[in-house]
Amino acid sequence: MKKKMTTVTFTGTPEQEQKLDAIIAKYGKDEGAIMRILQDAQEVYGYLPIEVQKMISIKTGVPLAEIYGVATFYSQFSLNPKGKVAISVCLGTACYVKGSGPVMEKICELLGVQPGETSADGKFSVDATRCLGACGLAPVITINEDVYGKLQPKDVADVLAKY
Amino acid sequence: MKLSELAAIKAKMESVVSVRSGEEATDGVRKHVLICGGTGCTSSNSVTISETMKAELEKAGIADEVKVVLTGCFGLCALGPIMIVYPEGVFYSAVKVEDVPEIVKNHLVNGEVVTRLVYKDEITGEHVHSLMETRFYKSQKRVALRNCGAIDPEDIEEYIAKDGYAALGKVLTEMTPQGVIDTMKESGLRGRGGGGFPTGNKWQFAANSVSDKKYVVCNADEGDPGAFMDRSILEGDPHAVIEAMAIAGYAIGADEGYVYVRAEYPIAVRRLQKAIDQAREYGLLGKDIFGTGFNFDLNIRLGAGAFVCGEETALLTSIEGKRGEPRPRPPFPAVKGLFGQPTIINNVETYANVPQIILKGVEWFTSMGTERSKGTKVFALGGKITNTGLVEVPMGTTLRTVIEEIGGGIPGGKKFKAA
Repeated sequence: MKKKMTTVTFTGTPEQEQKLDAIIAKYGKDEGAIMRILQDAQEVYGYLPIEVQKMISIKTGVPLAEIYGVATFYSQFSLNPKGKVAISVCLGTACYVKGSGPVMEKICELLGVQPGETSADGKFSVDATRCLGACGLAPVITINEDVYGKLQPKDVADVLAKY
Repeated sequence: MKLSELAAIKAKMESVVSVRSGEEATDGVRKHVLICGGTGCTSSNSVTISETMKAELEKAGIADEVKVVLTGCFGLCALGPIMIVYPEGVFYSAVKVEDVPEIVKNHLVNGEVVTRLVYKDEITGEHVHSLMETRFYKSQKRVALRNCGAIDPEDIEEYIAKDGYAALGKVLTEMTPQGVIDTMKESGLRGRGGGGFPTGNKWQFAANSVSDKKYVVCNADEGDPGAFMDRSILEGDPHAVIEAMAIAGYAIGADEGYVYVRAEYPIAVRRLQKAIDQAREYGLLGKDIFGTGFNFDLNIRLGAGAFVCGEETALLTSIEGKRGEPRPRPPFPAVKGLFGQPTIINNVETYANVPQIILKGVEWFTSMGTERSKGTKVFALGGKITNTGLVEVPMGTTLRTVIEEIGGGIPGGKKFKAA
């Protein structure tokens, strides 16, 4: 799936860049460090805009094309900023069979976004995720670190109201 | 760590085995309360239940007499959160935080079981007091899952109490690398990731490859939707995988291993990291293990959400930090794998069987299963079935047995038609 580039202006701070330097210093010499650098960099910035990828390229000497290739290959790397409240809806088979599709539709309807997008106020982002392995509780969604199982479309509004 | 020190820890931790198999305690801790801390039950609030339990025990003044343990998955996720009180083995299901004070007061202080919370058989509707008497467990044979729901996965000493690291000790002090490989071949163990390739043969290929550097890799990128066998093993018994990988390292001549885990499994990653740290601290990973001169250490690598990385060559490419694209075979990983070096790559569940085969022997393992496929297999039950969760049965068990007997059938009395 092609990843859309963000139109949001990059607002990285010097503190964040310091953290990035520390990450690169930590993994720099390891074989296969790029993925780990990207994983940790995404923790720092919340996403991986092209500006951050360029910084990593300059600081590590790894070509930008290679970094961009890795960042766009793995679905966990996001080129778009996430909302403060990141909602993931499991669309794995078990959850899908148990009705996670309608749950996703309800969430998108209430927030006025499409899967993969962030709401206009920047508060909520909605993503489809692969199987979380909590199939016994299907359908499952996660909101930031919280997990909600056996969810019905009618429960969605109450759950969102907590955030 | 010497073998004698391992034996001393085992002796010290004896109550873990004895109380949990129904005997009276000898060390003053008269009850063990095991609460499921797998992903399923954690999502149904079991961590808060465990904390509330500890606070209530403190209030009742019996915190020293009762040990509260957050375990891995018991398997019966549909009825979570699950709690078992030993030595009597009372099985509480669907426990809520507000039920905890009643369990502490009536059961743990006064010795009266809280009947309304005891698990009810889904067909007869009768209360079943002990876990092992349930229809769900009776037809199961737990080998890879033996410690899931039975020990604290974050305490290496509980694993040692259940013969943990004894297989590694035996291998390093009594067996040759070829002897280990021969045992794996004779056991008939086949890869549990789906391919079913004979594990011993795979190890033999890697052992035959000549190189200064070899790797042992564990495929924990369990991506098939609805499957959570490997996640549950990592959450419930991470040391079994660590021990098996060290055994594999000795067999093929490798001193380094990687576990590639999905980032979607945060609890599994955290417990595995903690287990690796503890194993290093106890000298069971690192240099000169058991004073035999054998070195072995492990690293964790996280996936980043790419289904294809469950394929072995794609997984190796991903550990190398690149786009996880598969590469053509041959050369097979056993010849040219991670960073171009000979590598064996096995699945989590496959590894979880290894220490048991070493300790209990080929004959025991081959007594289970079918002519061509030995041992047991773990299955995740999900979807329209009464007992959703995790089960382990001998190879050759029919799907009907798994669904109707263990799984409790299809809700609403519907018939199982086909699969």
